[in-house]
Amino acid sequence: MLIPRPRPGDSAGIRPSEITSESVYWNRRKLLQAALAAGVTGIGTAWVREAGAVTDLKVQPNPKYSLSDPPNSYEDITTYNNFYEFGLDKGAPAENSGRFKPAPWTVTVKGEAEVTGTFALEDILKPHTIEERVYRLRCVEAWSMVIPWDGIPLADVLKRFKPTSKAKYVAFKTVLRPSEMPGQRSNVLDWPYVEGLRIDEAMHPLSLLAVGLYGKTLPNQNGAPLRLVVPWKYGFKGIKSIVEIRFTEKQPPSTWNISAPHEYGFYANVNPNVDHPRWSQARERRIGAGLFGSRVPTLMFNGYEEEVASLYRGMDLKKFY
Amino acid sequence: MPSTQTIRRIIKPTLFVACALPLLWVVCAALQMGGATLGANPVEKIQDTFGQWGLRFIVITLAVTPLRDWFNLPWLVHLRRMLGLYAFFYVLLHFLTWLLLDQGLYWAGVLEDIGKRPFITIGFAALVMLIPLAVTSTNKMMRRLGRRWKTLHRLIYVISLLAVWHYYWQVKADITEPLIYLAIVLVLLGWRAWKARPRQLAAAPARES
Repeated sequence: MLIPRPRPGDSAGIRPSEITSESVYWNRRKLLQAALAAGVTGIGTAWVREAGAVTDLKVQPNPKYSLSDPPNSYEDITTYNNFYEFGLDKGAPAENSGRFKPAPWTVTVKGEAEVTGTFALEDILKPHTIEERVYRLRCVEAWSMVIPWDGIPLADVLKRFKPTSKAKYVAFKTVLRPSEMPGQRSNVLDWPYVEGLRIDEAMHPLSLLAVGLYGKTLPNQNGAPLRLVVPWKYGFKGIKSIVEIRFTEKQPPSTWNISAPHEYGFYANVNPNVDHPRWSQARERRIGAGLFGSRVPTLMFNGYEEEVASLYRGMDLKKFY
Repeated sequence: MPSTQTIRRIIKPTLFVACALPLLWVVCAALQMGGATLGANPVEKIQDTFGQWGLRFIVITLAVTPLRDWFNLPWLVHLRRMLGLYAFFYVLLHFLTWLLLDQGLYWAGVLEDIGKRPFITIGFAALVMLIPLAVTSTNKMMRRLGRRWKTLHRLIYVISLLAVWHYYWQVKADITEPLIYLAIVLVLLGWRAWKARPRQLAAAPARES
């Protein structure tokens, strides 16, 4: 249904970057114009520097894990998202992330694993093939997108650190850099942002460590250079700009759960039957549907029920929201 | 003080146009004119813009009386009806955007939201309360209702608190802005309470024990 086996007439086998190369092209035009403006007026240089950091990736499409829905435009994906480290509005990450430096980058691996330490991002990525997967992203605010991510199955990376039998959970941490992330200078959330998964969730083949989208490295506003993508959970589980991975025996804390425990649980599985205390989760607004595109029904586990429902067998999902 | 002529011929028409600017902006952005844009989520943008201006006009309307008192500007009262009607207008547009564009007239969802989601319930209640105020805003109605008109229009005190609460309740994490609105509303309402305090009590000498 949602993770389609390729069917006749299905576009899943085509690289989304091929489909939408035009929007990327226009985006480049904008960058060039901005570069020109920056040269003339001397402002906006930070933004240009950031934009220049996005480079092409060598990616392998994975049709098995790609929706056939048309993906959102590069512009929508990179100008409308939540990344509170750069501000509260959904346009703020694109506007305020120009000074962020995603390279060089290291990730520290800690806790219940045989291989721990601090590793350069290149070394973590080196042995893996970067896959392109088209996933649906459902925000807890009841809007959604379809995004062609480029990344590595999280399980493949985690296994290299040889987690021990005590590793029941995996905790992630975002970088703390108030000087480059203006949102971290206010205390709307407890910084740095932290998230976590149960080990079986983390090892599920759908869980992805993304390094790019649309065949290019992640722009700063989307969580450069490394972020988590867990398509059956609400978007806030997809922690961005990861600097630490820790294997733990106990359930690790997660930022939104700390902020409002009655509204945001540790699991945060997309579930149309369990409403947010303040709004309905039964339907969602698809970004890009335009002014008159009405809401569409939200699917159980964001449409990945067949793949992940077994992880939660016997659990009361109203209690473990 | 400006003459009645000035108020009628210059100030009121200017204010009328100025108050319509947020709507004009939304229309331009929807038609992608003049560089204005509604962004990736146009429905949310329209709904938020109208909601925000509805709240602002409620607060501005509420500010007329205190501003008149503080700065001795009696003529300001002549502008209050227009400001109040604009408040109703933007709140109504906010509601209609939600009903038509966001919910797409999906009645099951609409009724459930109004009944079950407290922040929508109080927002809807505020809109309903604004209706009699808009209907009775004409000179004829003022005359017909006499003293009761003033009592009825005190509903705006409740409405302003509901509107701020509605805003506060839908914010995800940063409550700074709703709290600023709350502070302003409390000052504007507090001033009225202060003005209406029982004088003899304040003047009563301390009783000796």
